[in-house]
Amino acid sequence: MYVQVILSQGELTAMLLGDIDHHTAREMRKEIDALIEKHHPTLLRLDYSAVQFMDSSGIGLIMGRYRLMRLIGGTVLVCNVPPHLKRLIDLSGIGSLGVLEYKGKEALK
Amino acid sequence: MNVINEMKICFDSKSCNEAFARSAVSGFILQLDPTIAELSDIKTAVSEAVTNAIVHGYSNTIGDVHIKVQIIEGGKVIIQVKDKGVGIENIQQAMEPMFTTGGSERAGLGFAVMQSFMDKVKVTSKPGRGTTVTMEKYIMPRFSARDSI
Repeated sequence: MYVQVILSQGELTAMLLGDIDHHTAREMRKEIDALIEKHHPTLLRLDYSAVQFMDSSGIGLIMGRYRLMRLIGGTVLVCNVPPHLKRLIDLSGIGSLGVLEYKGKEALK
Repeated sequence: MNVINEMKICFDSKSCNEAFARSAVSGFILQLDPTIAELSDIKTAVSEAVTNAIVHGYSNTIGDVHIKVQIIEGGKVIIQVKDKGVGIENIQQAMEPMFTTGGSERAGLGFAVMQSFMDKVKVTSKPGRGTTVTMEKYIMPRFSARDSI
């Protein structure tokens, strides 16, 4: 199992589990996209808190879901990015899409 | 350049081997007592290079991916990831951030990640012959608890 999902009031939360590379990203994508197509959520929340490792496939996963959600008029939020993944997220510039959800202290910055 | 240890692996260009490849390299490098961050940088860079070999080098075929890791006296690590796939026509273009031929699910960040997470990245390629990515990283020597006694 690569993804744990919660669907509530039109919001789909997908908690990604373990390592995200080109191999596992494909499986995660399949699971998430099937649910998006079935339920047409207004918000997709990608929870990265349980991701131990990721390469740029973890960025591609966000970009692809961002495109898909826009097509159906929804939005994507990436939340709970652990500190060890911050460097890659920053390098990717994905923050400029407005998909990163910051909480607590960081929101004040 | 004094090579004090070396390992080589060769595996099928199947995506399920990406995790094996980065684990094998990081396992070998453990002898240098790297920090978690250094190890994570190397694993990420190896994952990118191996994915390139699988996705671009061999695209829909299965071929051999070769990895060679050398530990140089003083703490330098040299990692070579080699495929005998299609090669890259224009290396400069391939290394540009956001450039990808891998479709909408690829971020086009592979080389940018390798360059950012490693000290040095060199790419040699011949169309029709394959691609070799050589990366270097210096692992800072750390004093272990034993040394300080």
